[in-house]
Amino acid sequence: MKRKYISRHSLMNCLKKVQTDGISLYAPVTRGEQTDFRFITSVDDLSFDSVQTVRSAKAVAFPCSEKLFSYTKEKNDVQLQDYNPDVLPEVLVFGLHPCDAVGFGPLGSIFNWDTQDKPYNERRKRLTLISLACTRADEYCFCTSVGGGPGNTEGSDIQLTPIQEDGYLAEIITDKGNEWYEKYSSFFEEAAEDIRKENYLVEIPVKFNIEEVERKMTELFESDIWQLQSERCIGCGACAFVCPTCACFDIQEDAHGNTGNRIRCWDSCGFALFTLHTSGDNPRSTQSQRWRQRLMHKFSYMPERLTVVGCTGCGRCSRACPVDMNLSDNLKMFNYE
Amino acid sequence: MNNNIYLPYLMIIEKIVEEAPGVKTFRLKFKDEEEAKEFKFKAGQFGEYSAFGEGECTFCIASPPTREGYIECTFREAGKVTSTLAAMEEGETMGFRGPFGNTFPMDEWKGKNLLFIAGGIALPPLRCVIWNALDMRDHFKNIQILYGAKSVADLVYKRELKEWEERPDVQLTVTVDPGGETPDWKGEIGFVPSILEKLGPSAENTIAIVCGPPVMIKFSFPVLDKLGFKSENIYTTLENRMKCGVGKCGRCNVGKMYVCKDGPVFSRALLETLPAEY
Ligand SMILES: Cc1cc2nc3c(=O)[nH]c(=O)nc-3n(C[C@H](O)[C@H](O)[C@H](O)COP(=O)(O)OP(=O)(O)OC[C@H]3O[C@@H](n4cnc5c(N)ncnc54)[C@H](O)[C@@H]3O)c2cc1C
Ligand code: SF4
Ligand code: SF4
Ligand code: FES
Repeated sequence: MKRKYISRHSLMNCLKKVQTDGISLYAPVTRGEQTDFRFITSVDDLSFDSVQTVRSAKAVAFPCSEKLFSYTKEKNDVQLQDYNPDVLPEVLVFGLHPCDAVGFGPLGSIFNWDTQDKPYNERRKRLTLISLACTRADEYCFCTSVGGGPGNTEGSDIQLTPIQEDGYLAEIITDKGNEWYEKYSSFFEEAAEDIRKENYLVEIPVKFNIEEVERKMTELFESDIWQLQSERCIGCGACAFVCPTCACFDIQEDAHGNTGNRIRCWDSCGFALFTLHTSGDNPRSTQSQRWRQRLMHKFSYMPERLTVVGCTGCGRCSRACPVDMNLSDNLKMFNYE
Repeated sequence: MNNNIYLPYLMIIEKIVEEAPGVKTFRLKFKDEEEAKEFKFKAGQFGEYSAFGEGECTFCIASPPTREGYIECTFREAGKVTSTLAAMEEGETMGFRGPFGNTFPMDEWKGKNLLFIAGGIALPPLRCVIWNALDMRDHFKNIQILYGAKSVADLVYKRELKEWEERPDVQLTVTVDPGGETPDWKGEIGFVPSILEKLGPSAENTIAIVCGPPVMIKFSFPVLDKLGFKSENIYTTLENRMKCGVGKCGRCNVGKMYVCKDGPVFSRALLETLPAEY
């Protein structure tokens, strides 16, 4: 791994150059009180100041609504137009935190554990991820409890750590990151050898033992702990929509007369309609069953079937929840039950 | 990475048979001959059928893999997509994605007796296995079928029931719910579980394949227990709500198992280890 230094000033110029090279920039922008990932036209809009964006960066590879193919219908004839990846942009995802970068791991596993998901893969392979290690956190962050950390480089192509007011330590992590670095190396300088990255990172306490959580959850499948935890859940699905690893989707028709698109859109296991059979039968008819599904999927089924935990500890679900359900507090309960 | 798993095959509706009120069978042919040649499936698998402009829905493949060149589906008009499909005519084009899911372990069943128990619209998944078994009749011992529907009008595959009835190598029993009989009805009258008890088939070297509405399954299992059937010799199929069919959309799971990947065929022994999320 290469270690370099880049000043804030050079970084901004570098990002401007990236844009003039025809690469789209997807990065945190603050509008009103909310900071969120957006495609940005001017690097001056970039926001470095939030602990966490409201939504994760996943939409750049898994948009909340996406065309899977199109069709044209005429009398007895139907023509299909396949998904066209050629129109997709090359994107630099900048300023995501380690918990978002690592989130593309579980997301990719869901989309590829068996058959390959072309729409996801085509978008994903056009992404370069430059993450920002965390120098600040809030009470919702728990990355260190799920195997991550404020300076975790997994998933990032390049990681920047703010080491002074106006400069960053740059770690070049993957081959893709290196290609990118080679192209823009003139913006970087040599990094002093004695820079210790750890000194600049925020400390995030471990809140629970993840193995114990996995084990206990399976044991407690039939227990009333789920009911207890989810009593006030209103099934709004916000937790799923902000999450970097939630991948549940619906497939719908977007029809316009004789033409149309088959689309997929974000869905949530928290919705009552999610599993409703046309017959009226519903295998997960109560909110507590659906809460159990959300947790079991992330902390039991995914580790077992996909060998990856479906949570990066970003804390977004808890920040977004309108009734203040705190995931890490609830997970902690599985250490004491 | 060139294949888009969401892109359906184009299929031409070659033949439509009205089976019962609200129930139709479509025979579908691939529009593209190359695709037809490459297409292979096994008994128990399902697909996502689309009406362009309305969406997709899930049906099993009701024809056996031993009949090549077409697939059939039998479906009940239930909601949006099924109603649109039901209004389509021969010669029209629809979509099909598949085959998806696991299969009945027919190779393991060779040399055994097969007992099929079906209720209502659940005969289609079994029809595929029944014809598959009959098309390789030498490999199996007794083949016994018990099929029940609400009323005589609701029985599907009436022509085939007649054919099975006339075959000396098939024992067929058809029953209708009390009150569902017509004056000239010669079959049984009663619910499937009680007729099963009355027939009392032997569990010796026998595989029972049970498909039907949840109540029928619920009351048939205890009868099979009484007859001495072990859980690992009883098979059924699950019908959880599906969208993708390929283990990604997240809705069809029963515990850690995806009905679309690990099912839809489950042995009762496996089901007993899973939560009752179906
Ligand atoms: C493995 C399997 C095999 C099956 N085999 C057969 C078979 O052989 N024959 C048969 O008849 N049936 C079969 N079924 C059942 C069949 O899939 C359903 O009856 C069928 O999908 C109903 O579709 P519909 O569009 O008519 O129903 P609708 O209830 O109208 O649903 C239409 C579509 O819109 C969506 N939808 C409906 N309401 C909402 C809402 N409020 N919000 C969001 N989305 C909504 C649904 O998800 C669905 O995709 C099978 C099911 C499974 C899982
Ligand atoms: S479950 Fe919550 S904390 Fe975990 S990755 Fe998703 S949004 Fe973040
Ligand atoms: S955000 Fe909160 S209330 Fe909404 S579904 Fe998630 S846990 Fe339930
Ligand atoms: S149908 Fe989508 S996961 Fe099974």
